[in-house]
Amino acid sequence: MNNVVDHDTLTINTLIDIPTLKKGAMKDSAPYVAAPEFQQALGFPGELVDDWQARAIEKFGELLKKSRALQVYMDSCVKCGACTDKCHYFLGSSDPKNMPVARQDLLRKIYRRYFTFAGKYFPRLVGAEDLTEAVLDDWYSYFHQCSQCRRCSVYCPYGIDTAEISMAAREIMDHIGKGQKYCNEILGKVHKIGNNLGLPVAALINTVEDLEEDLEEETGVTVRLPVDEKGADILLVTPSADFFAEPHVDGLMGYAKVFHQAGVSWTISSYASEAANFALFIGSYEQMKLVAERIRKAAEDLGVKRIIFGECGHAWRVAYSFLNTLAGPFDFLDAAYPIPQHICEFTWDLIEKGELRLDKSANDHMTLTFHDSCNVARGSRMGDYPGGQFEIPRAIIRACCNNFVDMAADTIKEGTFCCGGGGGLLTDDLIDIRTRGAAPRMQALQDVVTDHGVTHMVAICAICKSQFAKVMPTYGFAMDNVVSLHQLVSNAIVLDGQNVNGVEHTDLDPGSQAQ
Amino acid sequence: MLSTIYAVLFYIAMAVFTVGLVYRIRLYARTPAPLKIPTTPAPVTRSGVVLRMAKEVVFFESLFKANKWIWLFGWVFHVALLLVLIRHLRYFTEPVWWWVKWAQPFGLYAGFALLGGLFALWVRRIAVERIRYISAPSDHLMLLLLIGIGISGLMMKFVAHTDIVALKAFVLGLVYFSWQPLPADPLLLIHLGLVLVLMIIFPFSKLLHAPGLFFSPSRNQVDNPREQRG
Ligand code: SF4
Ligand code: SF4
Repeated sequence: MNNVVDHDTLTINTLIDIPTLKKGAMKDSAPYVAAPEFQQALGFPGELVDDWQARAIEKFGELLKKSRALQVYMDSCVKCGACTDKCHYFLGSSDPKNMPVARQDLLRKIYRRYFTFAGKYFPRLVGAEDLTEAVLDDWYSYFHQCSQCRRCSVYCPYGIDTAEISMAAREIMDHIGKGQKYCNEILGKVHKIGNNLGLPVAALINTVEDLEEDLEEETGVTVRLPVDEKGADILLVTPSADFFAEPHVDGLMGYAKVFHQAGVSWTISSYASEAANFALFIGSYEQMKLVAERIRKAAEDLGVKRIIFGECGHAWRVAYSFLNTLAGPFDFLDAAYPIPQHICEFTWDLIEKGELRLDKSANDHMTLTFHDSCNVARGSRMGDYPGGQFEIPRAIIRACCNNFVDMAADTIKEGTFCCGGGGGLLTDDLIDIRTRGAAPRMQALQDVVTDHGVTHMVAICAICKSQFAKVMPTYGFAMDNVVSLHQLVSNAIVLDGQNVNGVEHTDLDPGSQAQ
Repeated sequence: MLSTIYAVLFYIAMAVFTVGLVYRIRLYARTPAPLKIPTTPAPVTRSGVVLRMAKEVVFFESLFKANKWIWLFGWVFHVALLLVLIRHLRYFTEPVWWWVKWAQPFGLYAGFALLGGLFALWVRRIAVERIRYISAPSDHLMLLLLIGIGISGLMMKFVAHTDIVALKAFVLGLVYFSWQPLPADPLLLIHLGLVLVLMIIFPFSKLLHAPGLFFSPSRNQVDNPREQRG
């Protein structure tokens, strides 16, 4: 890339200065356009249609009728500017069109021109514009520089959520034949093969068998990772990156150990071997429903009683917030447990009941901090009280290690900064904006590294983990400075019968014995 | 003649304002919100949502989190506007309600706070590069319109008194459809004229943020998707 990040300006010590504007700085940062075959596979036109203006306006009008959020958000912005310094992509790139309100305005100016009285008759006055090719180019660039992280919506006095607006814009672009290669290809793979990676059943089974061998070697205990086991109690739906990427896979081994120690029967499904639902990113309700229904079908076919999701941010948002609506009701599952449940909820429940034996010192070689993933933080919940999504992961971390420090208060929990790779941006053609978007998080991390000697950052999202592993070296960290939460659990957990320092471990405290 | 023009304009403005707003609110209410998208952490009960909304409406809670200056100026302006509107109720009621009487002095000082808030917001709109960038001409004009209303109003109190007894007769005449002459005082005509303009543009402008806030799914939804389908 010729437009690489300037290290001097990014790895500075003072936290997140608001930059002066550099107009057009990221104008040319646009992802590859989806090829016709991948567009058509999702029912979209193969390439930009001739009457794209008319079709775009028509689609826009349709979306306005279908989404109260879009309609209200288009009308309500007062241009107060409160959101202007809240987007990590703006902070990292200085491009004014990456200010949330300016990003919204790319769509809003078209809304005003074609759908409002003021914009039809006094366009200049209210900043309304015709839908020209230049506008479409801006849409394609800047709506793919939004990770739909919802940080801006926390601070807007009307809760205007730029994520909703980006989703609508991408949906419009898909329908005129200008879709994004990365997301649309991946959705095609999910429909065809069952996961984002296009990992076929045989390869999946090979992979988990290797992992089972590793686990046995490490612990001396047979820990299984069952695939397609009918009649299992729990269906685990996890991002496919968990099957092979680092540090994801260490998390997967952590889930397996927890299930093993809890003595529950569980299985992965090869049909729904993917928690991710990229249809969220392209704003397609129909696609999102189709992908969600795969999970329902897998649960029904396998006859499970519970569904548990692995560590993935947007997948958890879709699961927690939308699954019931998209593919419910799930009355065939056991209502005694949350439907669906997050792996952190499951693990924390066991820890609270004293059913896991955790040796904190196993993580003594690290000082840890926690990165709240945006979709978990601002688009979902864990546990039965607001904010459980912040407390439960931290409680697990504290139960698994001795050294934990939080990053600065305005960069975590509901104010968390995106990793920079969410929302369908985790592709090499967008590496420049991804690296820039990571800047605020990297600065916050640098601060706790300097002040508290933090060595590793914990994440509970497949995208965050991949993104950090990729961009952290640019900021002077190592790629393995990001770890999975269940990797900590995996390190700390002591299984019944496990070899510890050459001695077979038997449970000495019957009080903490699993059922 | 002048009285007739203003009377007719008043009815037109009132009609546009009411019909426009009702139409918009109906549109918001009828447009489906198929998925649950509250910005979390969000309340898990209806009453929790009422509290969340109340904090937004009364204290501008999110704006407070975002930016203390914008919050200060915006909040002062809105509270002052409320007090000023209460003060103006005395022109529409006979006898004047006790609490309106009681609020009169507050309403008066609020007039200055209102102008102060508006000017401060305008200075920010011009001086802060980011906010200047996102401002359309209408954003500046909206502030100017409100400033014009504020200045003309205060001038009638402090510079050139207008005949408020005759004014009240005119206003009550409008309300009860027995029209009375309007004092031909230029300041008053400007003041009323600008208010009528504001009422007319309300349903077509960003002033729709007022009803919009109550319909914003990220703020008004209960966080209970696992229990209840959208
Ligand atoms: S949703 Fe996130 S990425 Fe998108 S504009 Fe808002 S802050 Fe930026
Ligand atoms: S904070 Fe909300 S109202 Fe203010 S400029 Fe941003 S989107 Fe518009």
